[in-house]
Amino acid sequence: MSVRPAGVEARGWAFRHASRLAWAVDGLELSIAPGERVLLLGPSGAGKSTLIQALAGVLGDSADEGESRGSLLIDGMLPAAVRGRAGLVLQDPDSQVILARVGDDVAFGCENLGVDRDEIWRRVAWALDAVGLHVALDHPTSQLSGGQKQRLALAGVLAMHPGLLLLDEPTANLDPAGVAEVQDAVGRVLERTGATLVVIEHRVDTWASVVDRVVVLEPNGGVSADGSVERVLGDASTAERLRDAGVWVPGWRPEPPGRRTHPGTGAGAGASSASGGAIGAAPPAGAGAGAGVLLSATGLSVGRPGQHPVQTDLAFELRDRELLAIEGPNGAGKSTLALTLAGLLAPQSGSVVASDLLRGDNRVDASPHRWRSRELLTRIGMVFQDPEHQILKPTVREDLLVGPRAAAGGRSRRVLPSDILDRVDEVLERLRLAHLAEANPYTLSGGEKRRLSVATALVTEPRVLVLDEPTFGQDARTWRELVALLAELRDDGTSIVAVSHDADFVRVLADRRLELQAATEADRSDERFGGVIA
Amino acid sequence: MTAPSAAPAERSRPGPVIYRVNPVAKLAATIPLSLALVLTLDWLSATVALLLELALLGWAGLGWRQFWRRTLPIWLAAPLAGLSMVLYGQASGATYVQFGILHVTDGSIAIGVATALRIVAIALPAVVLFVTIDPTDLADGLAQIVRLPARFVLGALAGLRMVGLFIDDWRSLALARRARGVADSGRLRRFAGQSIALLVLAIRRGSKLATAMEARGFGSSLPRTWARASRFHRADAVLILIGTGIAAAAVVVSVTAGTWNFILGGS
Repeated sequence: MSVRPAGVEARGWAFRHASRLAWAVDGLELSIAPGERVLLLGPSGAGKSTLIQALAGVLGDSADEGESRGSLLIDGMLPAAVRGRAGLVLQDPDSQVILARVGDDVAFGCENLGVDRDEIWRRVAWALDAVGLHVALDHPTSQLSGGQKQRLALAGVLAMHPGLLLLDEPTANLDPAGVAEVQDAVGRVLERTGATLVVIEHRVDTWASVVDRVVVLEPNGGVSADGSVERVLGDASTAERLRDAGVWVPGWRPEPPGRRTHPGTGAGAGASSASGGAIGAAPPAGAGAGAGVLLSATGLSVGRPGQHPVQTDLAFELRDRELLAIEGPNGAGKSTLALTLAGLLAPQSGSVVASDLLRGDNRVDASPHRWRSRELLTRIGMVFQDPEHQILKPTVREDLLVGPRAAAGGRSRRVLPSDILDRVDEVLERLRLAHLAEANPYTLSGGEKRRLSVATALVTEPRVLVLDEPTFGQDARTWRELVALLAELRDDGTSIVAVSHDADFVRVLADRRLELQAATEADRSDERFGGVIA
Repeated sequence: MTAPSAAPAERSRPGPVIYRVNPVAKLAATIPLSLALVLTLDWLSATVALLLELALLGWAGLGWRQFWRRTLPIWLAAPLAGLSMVLYGQASGATYVQFGILHVTDGSIAIGVATALRIVAIALPAVVLFVTIDPTDLADGLAQIVRLPARFVLGALAGLRMVGLFIDDWRSLALARRARGVADSGRLRRFAGQSIALLVLAIRRGSKLATAMEARGFGSSLPRTWARASRFHRADAVLILIGTGIAAAAVVVSVTAGTWNFILGGS
């Protein structure tokens, strides 16, 4: 089955979102021949997503969505007039699943295009096969993994027989296995259909073998570089500009940050940090216990309340001034374990015990989950996978003040001591958020939100910092900053637990690794969508 | 993979007959019964309806465990509602107990019994029929048979799927509040704040979902087709007839026996 590939022509095209002063894209001159495979690069704010959404026909030209200038055409027609010629896959797997059953979800686009019923089901079978998603048609979509959901979205688009495939960071929210799944699926799809491809991605490596052309966009401008992967990235100044803009340029292998604790090269992870406290770091307050253990887990089973445990009988400890990486496949219970270590979930059995070193005050219970919310602040900080879950206040500065206020005893109306205000300023500065102090946290970019969520945990100076996938979906610049910051924190006496799929992150930072095995099928009970109205 | 060489144009599920009935028929079947029983307040009409329903329950093929789990609220609510009518209902006939505004009379006992029976008789078939409705099938039926606008029906269906995500969001929001040191007091204020945060997340998720749907041609001016046909079969018509029949039997028996007590007719 092959489709007629679509061509794209942009002539002086510009688009401005409603309520924005600046044009997201301006003066764009670009033509993409039918069948070309294009990787779209550029700093955030260059309008990559705007362009791709316009091509998908989902950017209305009505006053409430924005206004455009110039022309942007698919096969010489307006994108909105050729519905179905372009198919779009977005970043977030969860918000692209439309219906409850796999077959129905794939059929959805065809139904909207008015395709015949028999033809729809032929296309559904073909599309599912093309993306390699071999599950029953009535398989619940809620039970798919992230990578499977993205392949489902791809199949749903594919069933519409688009001549132009548009992918907006389709693998940013996936673990390495999911990335490989989607990459394979796209490669196979292009081979079978010969469709034109436009993909946005920070990590050039993911698509370098698939695309035959790279186009670099500039903020408020047009195209700043255009050509083959080798030519565009082979140009030193372009490559450097892209690297500064956060693009993961191929061949760049992050090095461990200038270390003060870690003797090894990259292969050091796994070795326990015998030199644990060392050079130049001030001794932690109240340190004295020789072993320097902060948290120890014994016979620990973790799980969400009221559900089966996802891990049982874990035994390990978190030592002073180390970064412990928790790894393991999807569904292995890494996040649940992190929440349990952070004192947010109670162990289902066994125990997590905080040492005297961590408790600091023996009136505090030994089990972190029995601590009061306020008692956690200076002891264990948690950075959630989704920063939006942690936002409490309408400005960045106020959000940062929440923790110190609560730690100071809750009587929040009182004027805060100047040392707290100084501390907030310091953290704002350190995480490059000072210029956003009065901004609404919800309006920040992905990288800024991540930095804010780390900042809110750091501002109360917890002895232990727990992070859930801190580098998920981050561009190379934020990645470098986070890694440098965490290395510094560790050297200054913070112990860090990080759940991560990110092999580079673990390689450059982890002192020790805890590898979780996949939970058995029987342990995983997902009855989220029972298929009935109850 | 179950390769659909022949199109699964219509969903046919294995299992009890009740899963095969069109959801629209299930909705339609309960309407005449509810109407009839709401219009009168007497013990006989509700008893007749209930007995007929119970006779049919076995045919529905619902497992006992599922039956009791789903209908438990009815068995709790109906006696409570009946009891309150016995204690506070309109007094008439012999008085058995009187204590302040509380009085138990022949009349209030009759109203209490009638109320409890009526709640069971209306709610029982509704619960049994509705718990076996698949939302997708219902949406297909509402759009293709009742001809409700597809935009509305499918939007609601897709939104319904997000409920599970919202439950997860709510849990994470609660944990995040604990992590941020603000979960020790002010439960009410925290609940309010958390609700607003959930609303913000819901709107964001909703707009992303809308974009994904639009990207797949949803809301275009093209005439839409349906991958799954929702049709009325004989079983569906039979179910509606049964519902109507039970309603009619209840009314006829009650009127004939002279117990019919029209709620708007005064007493």
